[in-house]
Amino acid sequence: MAMSGPDNANPTPERPAMIDWPARFRLLADTTNDPRLKRFYETGCVTPDTALADTPLVALDFETTGLDPNRHSIVSVGLIPLDTRRIRCNAAQHWVVRPPLPLHQSSVTIHGITHTDIDQAPDLTEVLDELLDALAGKVVVVHHRGIERPFLDVALRWRLKEGIEFPVIDTMAIEADVHPNRQPTWFGRLRGQEPLSIRLGDSRLRYGLPHYPPHHALTDALASAELLQAQIQHHFSPDTPVGQLWY
Amino acid sequence: MQAELIEIRNHLSQYEPFDGLPEATLDKIVNQVEIAYFRAGSTILELDQPSTDLNFIRSGAVEIFRRSGELYNRLTEGDIFGQFGLMMNKTVRFPAKALEDTLIYCIPAALFQELWETEESFADFVEIEDRTRLRTAVARQSKSGNLMNAKITRLISRPPVMAPSCVRLQEAARIMTEQGVSALLLMDESGDPPQMAGIITDRDLRTRALTEALPSETPVSDIMSTGLITIRSEAFIFEAMLMMLHNNVHHLPVVDPKGQPRGIIGLSDIVKYESQSTLFVVSNIFRQSDVSGLKEVSRDVRDSFIRMVSEDANSHMIGSAMAGIGRSFCQRLLELGEEALGPPPIPYCFMALGSMARDEQLVVTDQDNAMVLDDRFDPVQHDDYFKALAKFVSDGLAACGYSYCTGDIMATNTKWRQPLSVWKDYFTDWIENPKAQALLNSNIFFDLEGIHGDTAYTEELKTLVAEKAMKSQRFLALMARNALNRTPPLGFFRTFVMEQDGKQNNTINLKRRGTAPLSDLIRVHALACGSRAQNSFERLRAIADTKLLPEGSVENLRDALEFIAIVRIRHQSLAIEAGNAPDNSVRPEDLSPFERRNLKDAFQILSSGQKFLRYRYHAPAGRNVS
Repeated sequence: MAMSGPDNANPTPERPAMIDWPARFRLLADTTNDPRLKRFYETGCVTPDTALADTPLVALDFETTGLDPNRHSIVSVGLIPLDTRRIRCNAAQHWVVRPPLPLHQSSVTIHGITHTDIDQAPDLTEVLDELLDALAGKVVVVHHRGIERPFLDVALRWRLKEGIEFPVIDTMAIEADVHPNRQPTWFGRLRGQEPLSIRLGDSRLRYGLPHYPPHHALTDALASAELLQAQIQHHFSPDTPVGQLWY
Repeated sequence: MQAELIEIRNHLSQYEPFDGLPEATLDKIVNQVEIAYFRAGSTILELDQPSTDLNFIRSGAVEIFRRSGELYNRLTEGDIFGQFGLMMNKTVRFPAKALEDTLIYCIPAALFQELWETEESFADFVEIEDRTRLRTAVARQSKSGNLMNAKITRLISRPPVMAPSCVRLQEAARIMTEQGVSALLLMDESGDPPQMAGIITDRDLRTRALTEALPSETPVSDIMSTGLITIRSEAFIFEAMLMMLHNNVHHLPVVDPKGQPRGIIGLSDIVKYESQSTLFVVSNIFRQSDVSGLKEVSRDVRDSFIRMVSEDANSHMIGSAMAGIGRSFCQRLLELGEEALGPPPIPYCFMALGSMARDEQLVVTDQDNAMVLDDRFDPVQHDDYFKALAKFVSDGLAACGYSYCTGDIMATNTKWRQPLSVWKDYFTDWIENPKAQALLNSNIFFDLEGIHGDTAYTEELKTLVAEKAMKSQRFLALMARNALNRTPPLGFFRTFVMEQDGKQNNTINLKRRGTAPLSDLIRVHALACGSRAQNSFERLRAIADTKLLPEGSVENLRDALEFIAIVRIRHQSLAIEAGNAPDNSVRPEDLSPFERRNLKDAFQILSSGQKFLRYRYHAPAGRNVS
């Protein structure tokens, strides 16, 4: 989600209490009332000590009408599966979905998704089967975890009367971790130094990744998939346990 | 549902071999691409691992190696690799390593196979090996152009006007006037059918009959030109043009396959057909009566050069045409010199050396020439004349844009204005007592052509060289060593020229690093097989007739020479059109991807040609000058 202002949020890495995701999935599978979510949780989740190389991953990006999941809606979804070696375009997916709330002109300009596109688009519920199938059994990769997981959670609470939980790897948080001192020093500020940006596009440049125009859900998903591959090669290894990176 | 991976699609569609594919095929590729990131320094493909994909570089840079570990190529955005492994035995043939952080689009083997089988342009691009690709490129270039395609039969308007060779001058002149022709073919009637004995032209009547006030009763056979240069009726107009330029004749009898005359074509016929042609310049040269007139004409030379380039003439044709023009300047200056100084006291031959002798001259050139004098030469009696004549020609050439030779290889230098016997000693010494440094300086004399006067002298020298050179192993070894002094680069990388050791430069001198070492190499083989040819392409034909080179090598060398030469020519032509001084130095960013790729292939051919040369002639290790 590239339109958010992650720099302002300044996400200093604060590790929440480690969630035991496989156990959580088993519990949720037993307690959910929705058959689709039940299937999703029953597919399971890798254990935290699984090597990244053995972890099925899927990069996910939403374009939304704003930043607040309680006031704004999802307008498009892009996803692309990957592992540490390859990103697989043959399983890439992209949907435009109809937001329950009216579309603001300002967000039209950002996503290029028009009222006409939206009018013909299905509601998220109609693509939910496919979306959950694509995510099931995989660890989700996002750039800035404040968007996709909360938005999907809220969207499902509205529609299914219950939310969704799953682990995510946050490529922006990884950038924040490897660049803990992003603010220029007092002296640096004097000399006009800018704080180091951990936005998707700026982060990609540091790894020699090409520039992609932002604000297309699938392109952004692809962009974070590539970024994660680059981060793993530069800062981790295929043997790094997934539990070290997920939230 | 098909997801729109616009970024991948747009990027792929900009590069060969994807740019020519139908939309639907491109979509299919995009939807099967797998993407992989490689950190700088990491291995992308390991030798002999299974080939699973065709690799397309989205960003970054990749180094490709030979089996031996030697650097083979450096690739960047838009390049592909891994195709040979996929087509051969499905194992990696050329290992690859990321030079920078690199993003690769992998196209799975099965899809590659399908594209290879169904998409012609894709197959053409990926399957041709370097050398074949160069051949296709060379063939694709020399197409079109009026002069290039038109047959000379188009210029024959009537059967030749003929007369028995026993007719008198007056009768010959009458026939020519009545028939309105400028050339008369003279036949030896004793044969059946009669054979061509000679030709007489308007110019001959003027210069040989009238100026010497011959009686009109003189038999025409006394002044006719014998040893006729003829052309086959199926030849192209440009071949006729080259023949006229090379032999300095203005009329060519056209003969059928049985050797019977079918017509005569004149220089004016070609000039009429192609009013801007090189021959127009040549005919203009011979019309000038002083150096300032010649200087005027020399302004047209560059236009003529540009025109040939724009008509897609090949390098052989352009090189011959420019050499023909250069020769014509020499010849006319010698005629003018002889008019001013009087007829030469003893016979002599004016000798062209280097690129003019090889018929490989371009627009930026200096004069390399010498004089072979009759053995009756007495310096005290005769040298003032020849010294003055040489100076007149040399100054005239300089006025016409052919700068003085910096190495002083000109007939104005006493050392290079000597009787035939001295020349024979020179060549014998060079060949039989060869010394590397001396040969480096005399290299240029092994491309020689008599262009004015008694060319029998230069023919004798050619015979001497042809006979002696092939017998002197030490001479060939040292010539081979000298031919290895200048080497080609490995190829290009981004805006750089990449050297064999991976070092990068901003420009490349296409003469020093390409055409010159190629002609050097070809000269050594030609000398070794006793060829008398001087032109590199003709030398290659002579070499092909022997078993001197491995199969296919001659064709590869020919393609390499043609391609490098034509890029060099085009580069000069563009410079002239842009109002800049033409030179041989090219920046990689001024080359098209097509040129870069094929130049790399050509350099590779030159490089292996040099390796073979070293091995074949046991060349001692030489110095290496880039």
